[in-house]
Amino acid sequence: MEQLVLILISTVLINNFVLVRFLGICPFLGVSKKIETATGMGMAVIFVMTLASFVTYLVQRFILSPFGLGYLQTIAFILVIASLVQLVELFLTKMVPALYEALGIFLPLITTNCAILGVAILNIQKDHSLLEAIIFSLGASIGFTLALVLMAGIRERLELAEVPKSLQGAPIALITAGLLSLAFMGFSGLVKM
Amino acid sequence: MIYAILSLGGMGLLFAMGLALASKVFAIKVDPKIEEAIEALPGSNCGACGYAGCKGYAEAVTTDPEVRANLCPAGGEEIAHLIGRITGKEVASAQRRHVLIKCAGSYDQVGRSFIYDGVLDCKAATLLFGGDKDCRYGCLGLGSCAYACPFGAIVAKENGLPEIDLRKCTGCGVCIKTCPKGVIALVPDGSFCHVLCSSKDKGVITKKICKVGCIGCRLCAKECENGAILVEDNIAVVLYDKCTGCGRCVEKCPTSALIRV
Repeated sequence: MEQLVLILISTVLINNFVLVRFLGICPFLGVSKKIETATGMGMAVIFVMTLASFVTYLVQRFILSPFGLGYLQTIAFILVIASLVQLVELFLTKMVPALYEALGIFLPLITTNCAILGVAILNIQKDHSLLEAIIFSLGASIGFTLALVLMAGIRERLELAEVPKSLQGAPIALITAGLLSLAFMGFSGLVKM
Repeated sequence: MIYAILSLGGMGLLFAMGLALASKVFAIKVDPKIEEAIEALPGSNCGACGYAGCKGYAEAVTTDPEVRANLCPAGGEEIAHLIGRITGKEVASAQRRHVLIKCAGSYDQVGRSFIYDGVLDCKAATLLFGGDKDCRYGCLGLGSCAYACPFGAIVAKENGLPEIDLRKCTGCGVCIKTCPKGVIALVPDGSFCHVLCSSKDKGVITKKICKVGCIGCRLCAKECENGAILVEDNIAVVLYDKCTGCGRCVEKCPTSALIRV
């Protein structure tokens, strides 16, 4: 139990996927203009990441490992993630249209989010059990959402600030991301994993 | 080798079958007209039609016979006819309009009572003694309207007066709601004269604080033969349906608050 809590805290804060491991930077910069959309994207990632790590774990355990097909890991996981996202999309359109509307374009975009593949592969590399893998990916996606919402909040305020012309737009966003990342470095040493 | 092909192929086949099954099970019928209507609309989701975005209006106009086809001010007549054709509804022609900032008080024309150094948002600036400009009715020029415009038709300028790009303005009126001073108004396309001032102060006061403010002198109203100018609360108002564009009022205006387009 203690181990699981430690995994959760360490993935959310200390080894934050976006700000410390630098995975999933594309949506981090692309979808962080408004808090509303950032939250939507975060929710979609939490959902898909947890589900994907569960399925990829089973694929690795029962298909890839027994036949010694470790080298097919990347392609197999991508296959799983892509079809999973498709399935989730179909399911949501029919069953929970409101959620589907809220997630919008972000759901299909997640297919190519490297953080998802990263979590799936790290789960295998770190030799997690099934439960640990799920907690690990849950923490990773919560950390992703946290980073995204924080960034969106800062950028919403930046809109109202007088930014020097040469720094407007992408440059100031990158500087902000860097500072946020530095701030998260402060968590290192909180838990030793 | 054979295992690799079998397992990956098997997985692919399994997922494909799953997805095919899912698409059958979770299939929903969508009226193709709604799709067509969404395609036809501008897609900027400005909400000027009164519905939640273009999709909301597309659904309403195709399913509800009561909803008129010309509700999209951004699309104008062209798109109203397109929507009319898709839904089979009669289209009454709509007058196109664009917005106008009824203030000409840039920083060279109107004085400033203090230096505002806060966030660049008109609502925030209004909270401080009604803003930094001496005129309490004038445009603050920080560009809340430019930020709100879904079409990028308004640009905040450094002289304290945003500029409206008439080619981009669709008359959706989103900016009007965001302006804390209420200096933005919708005017018909192709109108001739505008009063670029919103000050209800007495003429003496207006003259003291702004070089181009309307002082309510009524010279324009007396000059106009068609009664197209009304002076109320120390401010002249152009009645656009009566104005013929002769331009004689503009020549009479002592402060050039009245302009000819």
